[in-house]
Amino acid sequence: MRKPLTIRILSALDKKSWLALGIFLALALVVVPVLHLNFPEDSALHVSTYAITLIGKIMCYALVAVAMDLIWGYGGILSLGHGLFFALGGYAFGMYLMRQIGRDGSYGADLPDFMVFLDWKELPWFWVGSDSFGWVAFLVMAVPALVAFVFGYFAFRSRIKGVYFSIITQALTYAAMLLFFRNETGFGGNNGFTDFKRVLGYTITSSETRLVLFGLTAVMLAVTLVFSAWLVKSKFGRVLTAIRDAESRVMFIGYNPLWYKLTIWVISAVLCGIAGALYVPQVGIINPSEMSPGNSIEIAIWVAVGGRGTLIGPVIGAFVVNLAKSWFTVSFPEYWLFFLGLLFIVVTLMLPQGLVGLWKKLMAKKGAEAC
Amino acid sequence: MKKILIALLLSLGSLSALAALDPGRVRQLAAEDSSDKVAAIQQITENADPDAVRVLTAMSEDSLYLAGDKAVIITDDSAFDAATGEAIKMPANPESITVNNRIRGELASALAALKLFDADREVRLASAEELQSKVSAGMAPLLKKALDKESDAEIKALLKLAYAQANLGNADPVARLAAVKALAETSSPVIKSVLLPLTDKANEPDDKVRYEAIAAVKAIDGRLALAENVGQAFSGLSLGSILLLGALGLAITYGVMGIINMAHGELLMVGAYATYGMQTLFRAYFPDAIDWYLPAAIPVAFFAAALVGVIMERTVIRWLYGRTLETLLATWGLSLVLIQSARVLFGAQNVEVANPSWMSGGIEVLPNLILPWNRIIIVGFAIFVLLLVWLLMNKTRLGMFVRAVTQNRPMAGCVGVPTSRIDTMAFALGAGIAGLGGVALSQISNVGPDMGQGYIVDSFMVVVVGGVGQLAGAVWAALGLGIFSKLLEGWAGAVIAKISILVCIIIFIQKRPQGIFALKGRFVE
Repeated sequence: MRKPLTIRILSALDKKSWLALGIFLALALVVVPVLHLNFPEDSALHVSTYAITLIGKIMCYALVAVAMDLIWGYGGILSLGHGLFFALGGYAFGMYLMRQIGRDGSYGADLPDFMVFLDWKELPWFWVGSDSFGWVAFLVMAVPALVAFVFGYFAFRSRIKGVYFSIITQALTYAAMLLFFRNETGFGGNNGFTDFKRVLGYTITSSETRLVLFGLTAVMLAVTLVFSAWLVKSKFGRVLTAIRDAESRVMFIGYNPLWYKLTIWVISAVLCGIAGALYVPQVGIINPSEMSPGNSIEIAIWVAVGGRGTLIGPVIGAFVVNLAKSWFTVSFPEYWLFFLGLLFIVVTLMLPQGLVGLWKKLMAKKGAEAC
Repeated sequence: MKKILIALLLSLGSLSALAALDPGRVRQLAAEDSSDKVAAIQQITENADPDAVRVLTAMSEDSLYLAGDKAVIITDDSAFDAATGEAIKMPANPESITVNNRIRGELASALAALKLFDADREVRLASAEELQSKVSAGMAPLLKKALDKESDAEIKALLKLAYAQANLGNADPVARLAAVKALAETSSPVIKSVLLPLTDKANEPDDKVRYEAIAAVKAIDGRLALAENVGQAFSGLSLGSILLLGALGLAITYGVMGIINMAHGELLMVGAYATYGMQTLFRAYFPDAIDWYLPAAIPVAFFAAALVGVIMERTVIRWLYGRTLETLLATWGLSLVLIQSARVLFGAQNVEVANPSWMSGGIEVLPNLILPWNRIIIVGFAIFVLLLVWLLMNKTRLGMFVRAVTQNRPMAGCVGVPTSRIDTMAFALGAGIAGLGGVALSQISNVGPDMGQGYIVDSFMVVVVGGVGQLAGAVWAALGLGIFSKLLEGWAGAVIAKISILVCIIIFIQKRPQGIFALKGRFVE
């Protein structure tokens, strides 16, 4: 007999992990808002708006990293095009935010500013319904899912894998970037979407809105982690790992890898889309450079730094790399690319299992010494 | 300065040809009515008198005045009779002559026409070329005269065209017909636009002339289209050779050795900066031989990029053989380091690399089709590099070893091939060829730290389409992609063309994951 759903979800994580997750959510949902709202700005305990935006942004990245880990760490498929799904989600939600500006734009027109600038008289067909939150929330997931499904179906069906797949995904995101750079595509061209005013009627820059978005991102990250933990432990996850390790054998046993790969690929894309949608209102801008091949490769390095094939690894990696990035770009802007480049090299050469692998190795050594 | 020159010209003129111009005509230059002035200019020009140049130049420079009922030329402190060129006493209160824009234009073409009688061939040629675009009906007799006198074939051909254009406005339909027939043999868009009004009944009452004009426009259109297609094919060819230069090195490192080198674009950049370095060196130490910096840069760029390649291979890539995904990430890291190094060393701005003088200009194949020298040289250079690589891979011991290691590494090692040294050499070779590509790129695009990033996707596409493991595939794929994308650009614009090419490649890979040319044989995974 199958166990009830609650039991299955509860058994996805062990006790320690549930505790860690609980602490994380308590921090994000209670401690940070309290510290931000109740302490004056000069207090040592005050959490600044900058910090909230930064951490919120990094949590979105962590979500992308977990999505990337599902496909790379567990599926063995390295995608260099995940920036595309992230940006698609961001653009979909950005359309809603643009419509929420209403007549407060610099031209005071019903249409978004860039359309007035292009002398368009009405919204293009794909903007229809973009003023409804529900429809846009659906698009945020549906558009990346559709793109991923169509692309993935053809790619996996003809058994493209390994570096070939990586390079083609890179070409895909590159092509999409060029497309979105065009003004005529209808997504603001070079500048993308920015100058948002409201979300669901609330002022987007107010502390309360920020905290709600921050909390939502934290919840989404936690839910994704639990879902992923459950997924990779399920039968589906086991088959997926088997495909990663020996695809031919899995086929000979009688499984068709196509649907397993396609499912995880689409799930990963949807998670990226959601991350993008949470990212845009917090950061306040989305433009085609999010789709540049470099950005997508950076996602891979977050996962690699943290440790792929583990779920906490990508989160750690996203935080470590992005905190380092914020610190470097402020303190030593010239050295950031050196650091990032060396990080790529050092991690691949010396830390194939990432920080989590390093930690495990150290613990094992300690354990061996203790015996 | 100009005034002194005029004065000099005047004094010379006054010595040689006296009393050549009809004073009445010269007087008419100062008439109240613009049309009278124009008529006077045309009549003075007609006789192609050297004195006419003098008077008209003076008029166009506002030094022609009316004193009493005589036109005089006044410069600084001396005065001359315009008609005779004799020096006269400074008149009491000369009246200046209004020269409006219409007159100015008329003067310019009259002066250009008069230059047709200059003794210097270059001056005549320049003038004939200038006249092509601003010929007026009134010039026909003058042009006829120049045509009769001209002996140089090139100038004669130009003059014939100008004469025919002038005759299009002739009242006599026979003259017009002859003119249209003469113009039908040209293939310039300017002449086409001159002929177009004649195809309309409103402008051309004579049927015969009109039909002839329609036929002429059609003939010119055909030749224009031909030139355009040839031009497109050529720019496709040149784009293809650039892609080829980018992809050839990759065909060795990725195609033959199986290393995904994301820093390949940065090796192109190293080559380009090496070219820049040679240019700086030549500017500082051998300014006389500056045109030779480019040939000198070729070996320098090759070895600079090869050196970077050796360092990359020895320090990073050799630890990752067989782990392609890791290689991809590590080489991406290397590319970031190289970009930032270039930024620190040379600054974030693009640097300026000038074409040597022998690369500027082009061959004019047809009036609207000029093949620029730099493109032609790049096509030739790509062929040279291709030949070099082919020779290296097929005719040298190193090439044989590389092929042996590719086909069966353990067996090659067993028979004594130093496999790890061969890996380094082959990687250095691929890197060096990327450096050569950089030399070519420095001549046609910006040289900056980011320049390599734009080529990496294209280069990989070439290798992927061409198929892994050999050079022929890369060559065909590069040329095919180059020409195809230029043709698409013709009717869809650059961005759409690029996107559709990428989409086509993605679809193509579905059908033929091995590329156009697949290695025959059985492979496990």
